[in-house]
Amino acid sequence: MEIFGVPLPAILGQLLLGLVNGSFYAMLSLGLAVIFGLLNIINFAHGALYMMGAFGAYILLEYAGVGYWWALLLSPLIVGAFGIVIERVLLQWIYKLDHLYGLLLTFGLALILEGVFRDQFGVSGQRYPVPEQLQGATNVGFMMLPNYRAWVVVASLAVCLLTWYVIERTKLGAYLRAGTENPKLVQAFGVNVPLMITLTYGFGVALAAFAGVLASPVIQINPLMGSNIIIIVFAVVVIGGMGSILGSVITGLGLGIVEGLTRAGLLGAILGWPFTLVERLFGAEPFISPWIQKLFGPEGSSTIVFVIMAIVLLVRPAGLFGREK
Amino acid sequence: MASAPEYLRVSDLHAFYGESHILHGVDFTVRRGEVVTLLGRNGAGRTTTLKAILGLTGKRTGSIMINGREAIRMAPHRIAQLGLGYCPEERGIFSSLSCEENLMLPPRVASSGMSVEEIYAMFPNLKERRNSQGTRLSGGEQQMLAVARILRTGAQLLLLDEISEGLAPVIVQALDRMIRQLKAKGLTIVMVEQNFRFAAPLADRFYVMEHGRIVEGFGAGELDAKMDMLHEYLGI
Repeated sequence: MEIFGVPLPAILGQLLLGLVNGSFYAMLSLGLAVIFGLLNIINFAHGALYMMGAFGAYILLEYAGVGYWWALLLSPLIVGAFGIVIERVLLQWIYKLDHLYGLLLTFGLALILEGVFRDQFGVSGQRYPVPEQLQGATNVGFMMLPNYRAWVVVASLAVCLLTWYVIERTKLGAYLRAGTENPKLVQAFGVNVPLMITLTYGFGVALAAFAGVLASPVIQINPLMGSNIIIIVFAVVVIGGMGSILGSVITGLGLGIVEGLTRAGLLGAILGWPFTLVERLFGAEPFISPWIQKLFGPEGSSTIVFVIMAIVLLVRPAGLFGREK
Repeated sequence: MASAPEYLRVSDLHAFYGESHILHGVDFTVRRGEVVTLLGRNGAGRTTTLKAILGLTGKRTGSIMINGREAIRMAPHRIAQLGLGYCPEERGIFSSLSCEENLMLPPRVASSGMSVEEIYAMFPNLKERRNSQGTRLSGGEQQMLAVARILRTGAQLLLLDEISEGLAPVIVQALDRMIRQLKAKGLTIVMVEQNFRFAAPLADRFYVMEHGRIVEGFGAGELDAKMDMLHEYLGI
């Protein structure tokens, strides 16, 4: 069976891969959104902290024999605690300054962290085994579904939903939302806002590390893995709208899927189709449709997110879910 | 009232916003259960005085005794926990919170706060609109909400900044009734008011501010004798 000339198994395979990638985009952009909302800091170190989460799992296994499931708990806790130290020692002094300072500081921090890990572990990737319980694949009728990838999607969705629930439906979340709008007034009501800010940064960082541990069995763990993904994640945040919680989750997953469908060739085929029709109607040689198919085809899968970002910025500068200020 | 103990004593209070020196040695006292109004022109330092008491300005020096405790070096959230409730001039209703979430937001600072039922009985509009987004409420409803949420906390000292500003007469009357009820309950209230006709019948005492200082202080009984002076200071 084919859809727009693309074989169905290829579409489903890329759809799953897109969902997995989208899960990582969602978790990382969610952390960025929460941090930006309350701290007004564009956390460029987020990718490096994601990398530290993966290395945390690797080091725990190599040097302490601690397995995947404990690492999934311990690595985010350790890296989150490291984040709290960063917030107390460095970030708390620059909240009143322009965004640019926070961006530069966290960017520098990312470079230092990457440098340290490069010095210790080199740039060649480390491998991390898939946990025993999640090895193999399940036949779901129309395709073979690798168990670990299914787990990644489920776990990250669960974490994102839980975060969304806490922020939108609980008292703690009300403090967070109010603190994002007017931290001084919330503190004047008797809420310890500085503590809340510190813990929020710790949580956002722990979320990045959690994503890092989840990623470690499906990628090569190397010091630059954070830099590679963070550029796309920032594009996701820009598309979804800075500071929007649900927006970042939906946009992250959505763009992962769009990327997958682009890689499968489906997006190019769909977008090229009307042009092909018009060309046929006028009996012309195909002259626009090949370009469209190329731009949105498999070759374009690594740039599609940025193409979408450019379009969104032109049409809705505040992002799809962002509020104009 | 003259025999009641002091609840708030501000002495030689200086406050800054960055480099600008706004308050130049403010001195005044408020006794327990009193309603005190700060009068003055725009820019005289009345709003800054309230903010400085709460620790919301930049650097502060001097002394702020709240119920016998020195608050000048406390973090803002600690000051609030001494039993203060603050209603800012811009009302400070949160747009990402519903009406009811706004109402429930400030943590309790004392056990004596009003229950949600009592508050809804006092402000039936808020009950009707409890699921609306906070900033979708009308100006009057937002003002009710801004005051109601600090009544829930059990705060004993209320700092109310221009609560009658820009509201329809019928709502100003409702606020007038509310202040009288709160006064009857024994709450201590410091109001900043531009609307002299709203403030005059409510206050036990008045302080007049100019250029970041208190220049006059007198009781409600002396009001008639002081009108000429007020005309001069306030242009009313």
